[in-house]
Amino acid sequence: MSILELTAVSLGKKIQSGEVTAVEAAKAALAQIKARESLLNCYVTVDEEGALAQAARVQKKIESGELTGPLAGVPVAIKDNMCTEGLLTTCSSKILYNFKPTYTAEAVLNLEKAGAVILGKTNMDEFAMGSTTETSAFGVTRNPWNPEHVPGGSSGGSCAAVAANECFYALGSDTGGSIRQPSSFCGVTGIKPTYGTVSRYGLIAYGSSLDQIGPIARDVTDCATVLEAIASHDHKDSTSIAREDLDFTSALVDDVKGMRIGIPRDYFGEGLNPEVKDAILAAAKVLADKGAVVEEFDLSLVEYAIPAYYVIASAEASSNLSRFDGVKYGYRTAEYEGLHNMYKKSRSEGFGEEVKRRIMLGSFVLSSGYYDAYYLKALRTKALIKKAFDKAFESYDVILGPASPFTAPKIGDSLGDPLQMYLGDIYTISVNLAGLPGMTVPCGRDSQGLPIGLQLIGDCFKEKNVIRAGYAFECSRTYEAPELAKPCSDWEPAGQSGIAGSVELKKEVQ
Amino acid sequence: MANIIDDETIEYVGILAKLELSDEEKEAAKKDMGRMLDYIDKLNELDTAGVEPMSHVFPVTNVFREDVVTNGDGSKDTLANAPVMKEQAFKVPKTIG
Repeated sequence: MSILELTAVSLGKKIQSGEVTAVEAAKAALAQIKARESLLNCYVTVDEEGALAQAARVQKKIESGELTGPLAGVPVAIKDNMCTEGLLTTCSSKILYNFKPTYTAEAVLNLEKAGAVILGKTNMDEFAMGSTTETSAFGVTRNPWNPEHVPGGSSGGSCAAVAANECFYALGSDTGGSIRQPSSFCGVTGIKPTYGTVSRYGLIAYGSSLDQIGPIARDVTDCATVLEAIASHDHKDSTSIAREDLDFTSALVDDVKGMRIGIPRDYFGEGLNPEVKDAILAAAKVLADKGAVVEEFDLSLVEYAIPAYYVIASAEASSNLSRFDGVKYGYRTAEYEGLHNMYKKSRSEGFGEEVKRRIMLGSFVLSSGYYDAYYLKALRTKALIKKAFDKAFESYDVILGPASPFTAPKIGDSLGDPLQMYLGDIYTISVNLAGLPGMTVPCGRDSQGLPIGLQLIGDCFKEKNVIRAGYAFECSRTYEAPELAKPCSDWEPAGQSGIAGSVELKKEVQ
Repeated sequence: MANIIDDETIEYVGILAKLELSDEEKEAAKKDMGRMLDYIDKLNELDTAGVEPMSHVFPVTNVFREDVVTNGDGSKDTLANAPVMKEQAFKVPKTIG
């Protein structure tokens, strides 16, 4: 078995025991990146030099006993909307094509303190707006299970990189499903924590009241371990919550006896692919056989989550993205007449179509005369949705359903009809509106061989219920990896320098 | 389509959003926004009378700290990102006529 096929936690153990070094692990991942990137395009930036230097530093600290944690020396990929000091951070947008942050996001800093080695920055839908990673200014990421298909989005690069063994785990962000949906499409595990659990400091904002950073990995153990490392109370994020129950790995127990699991009937209506439905119900049966009390119930209001979300997220985006004006960083248009023309031209040339669509919708719903009818109406709807979940969690510990109504669509099939694409977010979006934790765990594949993801939703601060249910389910099956995850070649033994082959890793705006 | 976005509205949105749209983009935006608003109008089916708008799911309060500088002088790195700079400053077009 190649070290590439190890989970993050098992690699961490081997690094601690001296069986593998952090440098060897980084080289193995970098070799896989070089072999697969020309096809998959998971990364916007690969920081080979930085990763190898960091791996060497971390290795020394492991040997001196300074770093003893489970993730020390394990290589990670970071979604390109999290600031990394001195390392290109583009949000997959032309408007940030050359932006090098002067500080590092708190979640990433937490990982660095735990001894993480950052391989690079992963591709995403521009400013996290999209469900396919096709809106990136740096080209589409391909699904490792079938390169003709999208990896999902917006954290498509992170999920595809994990699935293809181009990293051992990754960070993503989730505003309306951007961790859980691509995890489903790529056959990996991802958690969106309770809002406020992971600091948003240094996460380039899309919809601030909905955005959360979370882990993406090959199993539940890795995700719980990474979440434990990145979660923290941060004074630099006013919505950060001081929690004392961050020992998520304590929930890695294969026992769901008596756990109350609810399946919303409203999630199984029109539009759900029958193969996805069957896989989800089969997963529910696995948990029931293990002793969970599984029953159906009516959640209600499901169809109102998407319209409410697009009003709220677009409104917040229109405000958040006003900072991109061609003055202090990023793209500035070549020719302009006066200040306002410079702003307008820089933004119009720098933003892609989907981002402009949402900025305009957001500006409209916030404008005088429409604010009450659209924005406040959406916030009232959000309150009702939260109430519906509160009621459900009086009866259930976990809500179980699909992460997406379908498996990964073909590249090129989604962007032509944005509204249709938005409807695919139906099972993930309400979780963000209500601030809840949600997780995707792979639960099978369709007749085309594409992965299907099971979504588990918990009440606020109840990640542990979700982790326990996910872990118990995962214990019933073995991890499936796509062909493209196969290690391209053996990693180079210690002492040999350099990596075979060379790929131009700096991406050009397309 | 119930929501017809006229030229005047799209011009106004362009001003608010600081975006300059080509005629073709304007036509597409009018259509997209109208369709999206038709869909959003579904929210009108819900009776929300008496429901308080919820901007955050948890109570949010201002977080205060002492006004103490904790970071160093990052001006050089910050200016390195400037599209155009001049003498330790961001250079912009003339702002006062």
